[in-house]
Formats: sequence, structure tokens, C-alpha cells
Amino acid sequence: MLTKRIIACLDVKNGRVVKGIQFVDLVDAGDPAELAARHAAAGADEIVFLDITATHENRSTLLDAVQRAARQLFVPFTVGGGIRTADDAAAIFDAGADKISINSAALARPELIGEIGARFGAQAVVVAIDARRSEPSAAASTAEVFVSGGRTNTGRRVVEWAREAESRGAGEILLTSMDADGTRAGFDCALTAAVSEAVQIPVIASGGAGNAQHFTQVFREGNADAALAASIFHFGIADVRTLKEQIQRDGIPVRLPC
Amino acid sequence: MRVTVIDYKAGNLTSVVKALRAVGADPTLTDDLAVVQAAERLILPGVGHFAATQFLNDCGLKEVIQERITAGVPFLGICVGLQWLFAGSTEAPGSPGLSVFPETCDRFAPGPKIPHVGWNSLSLRPESRLMSEISNNSYVYFTHSYRAPLINATVAVTNYGELFSAAVERDNVMGVQFHPEKSGETGLRVLRNFLEWRPC
Repeated sequence: MLTKRIIACLDVKNGRVVKGIQFVDLVDAGDPAELAARHAAAGADEIVFLDITATHENRSTLLDAVQRAARQLFVPFTVGGGIRTADDAAAIFDAGADKISINSAALARPELIGEIGARFGAQAVVVAIDARRSEPSAAASTAEVFVSGGRTNTGRRVVEWAREAESRGAGEILLTSMDADGTRAGFDCALTAAVSEAVQIPVIASGGAGNAQHFTQVFREGNADAALAASIFHFGIADVRTLKEQIQRDGIPVRLPC
Repeated sequence: MRVTVIDYKAGNLTSVVKALRAVGADPTLTDDLAVVQAAERLILPGVGHFAATQFLNDCGLKEVIQERITAGVPFLGICVGLQWLFAGSTEAPGSPGLSVFPETCDRFAPGPKIPHVGWNSLSLRPESRLMSEISNNSYVYFTHSYRAPLINATVAVTNYGELFSAAVERDNVMGVQFHPEKSGETGLRVLRNFLEWRPC
């Protein structure tokens, strides 16, 4: 049976893992290679590495960190941040990534999705969407897409952009609720369900993970194929193994590490 | 342990090469006919579209691979590399496969989400050499929309709305639909089994 994936995310700035609350107030959480290896050993189904420096001056720092993290990693490894061209993506793949994640650049020039897919396969292209509702009571279907680390509202509806990304050849959608991100109060299940129903490709829910119950909820109510978290793993609030054991007791199919 | 990885310009081979090194192999990445001709052990990786295998037909690699297989060289196809061992795939009807197995690969039947992405379990045939020392129901990582049918040579079966071949094995020819280079310890064990296997 296909299992639900638990993905550990590393937000990396200048070669170090950091964690913030709702995209601000960053604190140091460690070395990316060390954390990637630790999460994989504990049973993470996948590692996502998001470079939030994303300035071109720091590309070599980024590639070096990707390479170090990839060296001993034998689970799928996704890297995002600052990828604007298929050549940027090629450099990330050469450094050892299996998938790339694109966000602002795909909105600015949606053809990029197909260009990277044509060279590396659709399975290697993850389109990341940062979503926010106009107010907490607003319907999930009205959530809008934000870019530039959450600073700019594109005015586009999340569900509509997810559909376009799929039709342009995205392999997966990484959906982050900016409202929920960093709160540890649970994923935005209604938003995740709205996107998951709109597309055929897998949807990874992100933002708001605080405990095992939240994962169970987003798999059941949000119909997520995978769920991603960062801070609850880095600061030892939950390790991947314990989390998976709890989710499995709830009846969700997961892969337990040997 | 020398192994030749055929580069047919279909996606990214960094992870395959890295995993082979991690299990002690010395991989050579090539599209050179002479290098493939001299290979002691062959891997045909693959991600993406079946049409990419047309490169093998066009540049003469197909004949060389066929000749090596007939000569008894151990061969492992990964993902599209497994599918290429069949007569072809409805994903690219104009690009014939190697036809080691006469059946055709087809898209998953409608039902669950397509592509099939993630960790799924293997039901193993106990006599498999490729799957030796791997426990039944172990999880491995898949990402694909087309699948190979169950055949006599199937040694691992996976269920995704329907049963399909996760691994095949006949004499010196082996193939896996999943990505051993991305399947943790289980995947590395599969690669080691392939590398250590000696034809009698």
C-alpha cells in the first residue's frame, strides 16, 4: 500500500539551517548535512532543503551545502530557492538534488515549469505555493498566492494556480499555508483539501505542524499525499520515528524505519 | 566492482552514481558504444518519458546492449530502464523496447492519483537473487505513471489500484520499477545484490 510521506524541511540561510515564525524572527537550528542525515535515519521519507538566502552572490555557498547534504542521503532530496532558469536547476541537480522546487520564478514565467520538466522529467519539478487567506474566516477556495518569501500578493487564487502548474507539467505541489506556518496549531486542512481535489498530482501540505494529531488530520481531512514540517523536528519536539509510530496507531499507512 | 551506467540523456544520473559508489562500486557513466561493448556489468537508469529511450535505438546502443545481454553480462534496468526491457510502452508507441519480455507497459488504470509517487511495499518471490536478504513488505520509493504487467519473470509485486511488476528477473537480466538509489537501506541492498551476482 502506498504510504503517506513525512517530509523534513530544512530552511537554509547562508549555509545554516534556520527557523522562523511566519517567515520572520530567524534562529539557528544547525548544519544542513547533519540534520538531513539525522532525519533520514529517523525515517523521514524525503528531505526538502529551501534556500531562503536566494541571492545570486550566495549560489556557491548553496551548491556546496546541497552537495554536502546529498552525499550520504539515499532518500528523495528536493532543493528550492532562487531557481530562475533551467540552468540554475541543472546546477542543483548536479550537486545531488532529485527534485527542484520553484515558486516566485514559476509565477513570473510559468513556462519555466515545462522547461525544467523537459530536461529532467516532470517528477523532478515541484511547484511551491505560499498561500494566505484574506482573513481567517475566508473560504479556503479564496486563498491567494504570495511570492517573494510571502511579501507580495499576486492576486491569484491558489486552486487556479495549482491547476495551471499541473497542466504545465509540475510533478508535485508543495502547498504552504502562511497563516498556519510557524504556529504549531495544525495544518490548514480545508485549503489542502481544496487543492488536492483540484489536481491529480501529489500535494504536500506544509505549515502549522505541531504534533502527530495534526499530521493525521491533514492526511484524513486535507487528503494530503505528504506532509512537511521543520521546527518540530529540529528542536526535538518530535522525532520522525515517534511521530510515524503515533500516526500509524491512528490508522494512517506510513513507512516505519527498520 | 566495475559497472557501466548508460547515459542516454534522460534526466539526472547523479543519485544513481552516488548510490553505486556508496555500496563500493566503481561506476562509469557513458554513451560510448565501445565502452558499453566492453562492459562487465550494465545499468540502464531512467527517469521521465519512455520516448527518451528512442536515443538508444537511434545511436546503435540498443544492438550493443542486446549483444552484451546475449553474452551473459548482468544487466539492471531502473524505472524506464525496466520498462524498456518490454516490447514497448503506450507512453511512446513509436519507440520499441528491447523485447526481452514480449508484453507492453501501460498507464495505470484510472482510480488512484497518477503519477504513483512515494514509498510503497514489495511482495517478494523468495527465490529472487535481486531481492535476496530483503524482507517481504519492505518499502521502496516509486515515481511513475506507466507500469509493467505481471509476468513469469516478476519477482516483486506492488499494489497501486492494480498489481504491477516492481521487479523482474530472468537469467542475467533484471529490472526494478522503483528507485533503489532513493530507497534507503533497502535500495542500497538491491544495488549490492545486483553487483555481487555472478552468472554461473
